[in-house]
Amino acid sequence: MSFAGPANFRASAARALADEPLQQELAKFSRGFQVRRVEAAARLPEFEALRDRARDIKDHCLAHLDFYLERFEQNCRAAGGQVHWCATAEDAQRAILAICRRLGAKTIAKGKSMVSEEIGLNDFLAENGVRAVETDLGEYILQLRGEAPSHIVAPAIHVATGQWTEAFRAAHTDRPAERSLCDGSEIMAEARAVLREQFLNADVGLTGANFLIAETGSSVIFTNEGNGDLSQTLPRAHIVIAGIEKVIPTLEDLAVFMRVLPRSATGQELTVYTTLSTGPRRPGDLDGPEEYHVVLLDNGRADMLGGAFRDMLRCIRCAACMNACPVYKQIGGHAYGWVYPGPMGAVLTPGLRGVEEAGHLPNASTFCGKCEDVCPVRIPLPHMMRHWREREFARHLSPARFRYGLGLWAFLAARPALYRLLAGMGARMLGRNRPWRQLPFASGWTGTRDFPASEGQSFMRLWQAGRRR
Amino acid sequence: MSARDAIMARIKAATGGAREEATAWLSLRQQGPRPTRADGERLARFTAEARAAGCTVSEPVSPEAVPAAIAAWLAAENLPARLAASPDPALDRYPWSRRPLLTLERRRAAPGDRVSLTPCFAGIAETGTLAMLSGPERPVTLNFLPEAHIALVCTRDLVGAYEELWARLRAAGEAPRTVNLITGPSRSADIGQELRLGAHGPRQLYIVLVDDGLPEGADGG
Repeated sequence: MSFAGPANFRASAARALADEPLQQELAKFSRGFQVRRVEAAARLPEFEALRDRARDIKDHCLAHLDFYLERFEQNCRAAGGQVHWCATAEDAQRAILAICRRLGAKTIAKGKSMVSEEIGLNDFLAENGVRAVETDLGEYILQLRGEAPSHIVAPAIHVATGQWTEAFRAAHTDRPAERSLCDGSEIMAEARAVLREQFLNADVGLTGANFLIAETGSSVIFTNEGNGDLSQTLPRAHIVIAGIEKVIPTLEDLAVFMRVLPRSATGQELTVYTTLSTGPRRPGDLDGPEEYHVVLLDNGRADMLGGAFRDMLRCIRCAACMNACPVYKQIGGHAYGWVYPGPMGAVLTPGLRGVEEAGHLPNASTFCGKCEDVCPVRIPLPHMMRHWREREFARHLSPARFRYGLGLWAFLAARPALYRLLAGMGARMLGRNRPWRQLPFASGWTGTRDFPASEGQSFMRLWQAGRRR
Repeated sequence: MSARDAIMARIKAATGGAREEATAWLSLRQQGPRPTRADGERLARFTAEARAAGCTVSEPVSPEAVPAAIAAWLAAENLPARLAASPDPALDRYPWSRRPLLTLERRRAAPGDRVSLTPCFAGIAETGTLAMLSGPERPVTLNFLPEAHIALVCTRDLVGAYEELWARLRAAGEAPRTVNLITGPSRSADIGQELRLGAHGPRQLYIVLVDDGLPEGADGG
């Protein structure tokens, strides 16, 4: 997937704001997820205590990551699984292709996996003669439309129902052209029938993992549709792809995440299918894959472990931060330009892709702090975004106008008398009893909203006069 | 240096920890905060949560009444009386012959199957969740391929919280290839952000609660 730089970010954000159908979907979206999360949390009095525990488990795992990965590998192998260590995206692509080649596989049925998006797996496999079919409904429509996900839990949140109809009519040409396909139930029934064939014919099934359990050597997925389970049960081999930070110690720890992840993500008490997989099918089993592979991906994570961004590796990909983010809710996920959007993406993407490429993302924030309020593992997202901004500034990557502006402000801030004089002048100039609809040099602000009017005097002056209200 | 060693070296450089704490964590298996809802009346909580998740849940019936309950539900839902049923001997205790029109095919699921029938390892009251373990007599496909899934849960196999399930799982011996925790029928809100049941897995999940009058922990099979 190509990466959008700062100029692209501004352009795509502006495009998103002007995109009427997208704005309608985003308006629906911002009412949905956030409310359901709050309601689910209210039904479980222990929710806040569980969040603390979830944070502590992740901190413990990251502090002993080598130990737990070794233990996971050992137990996964003991159950007949194979573990593949991959330092980079390319290594992981090659490892997966090698498994497909050895099995003579032509088709892969895929459950939803953000890590597979991260490594650009589908395109790579296609170039090498292996067809990957997305089976999650949201991922499937994106594959038909040639788009990237715009949300990490609900990847097709930006696609309107009418666009599903259009894409299905264009892709499923073997079905009668006159069939009715307007309403969501008809669309879902057709997807179910079409994808059922894919599960049955695929040679390999691939899923992500929400967690890996060191104690048992298992991988765990949390899903609602059942496509992940069909993908991993029907084909001959099951490949799991997971970041190295996914490992947790025990089943007891998993229980904590079973209580916080679905509630934070969709407001469900538990996802419909929470599946633990350990090794390939056992002797006598009537179904299940004959091979079980776990591809462990580093791709920049180990380097984050030692620095200021370790806390970001606690992330369990629930998307609560983007569901709460005022910037995400205005522009959607595509403007962020890569797999991980919203606040978690603004912190993770520079960590994985480098500050040169993605250092501008942490600027897409109002620093309102809602993301940190809802994060189930309490990642200090605003704090880390500030960290990235400092690095971007220190490496002279921020735009010249921004740097000069900040320099000018610093000059004035260090000279209080001059600062007060200018602030007082500004307050008088902007003072009136209704907001400003237009201001010179501020069209970037007033183009989409009013600028608040000042009270006619500076804060310092009002404070001194004892008139602070 | 292998990829594994290179990754491990990077991780060790960043963590460099003593292992005692982690070894102790693994052996202690400390539990997180326990939801009070897991300690209430299990049958009522299980039923309420499973219904909230979209399941149909029967009142507890005796083993003798199970075939009739299933036949009545199938008729009401206009579903065929031919069931792909788990080979698990736990199903042998029910008097199927009293309902000759009910056909049980004891096998894995096939693509054309409309209804499946399985026993359960446990039901978890906390969230109305079913626990299914895979094995030679318990194919996984029965949980996912058919349109409708009928699951039999013995009331004495109801546990309060997930942690009790783990304890039972460990007591049962070697971990199975697959543990399926199922909470309601398959669903998706991907199309137009509206929740609909029956995405890829069963559209309907009918839970028959079986009260065989035996005490908890007894082997009724």
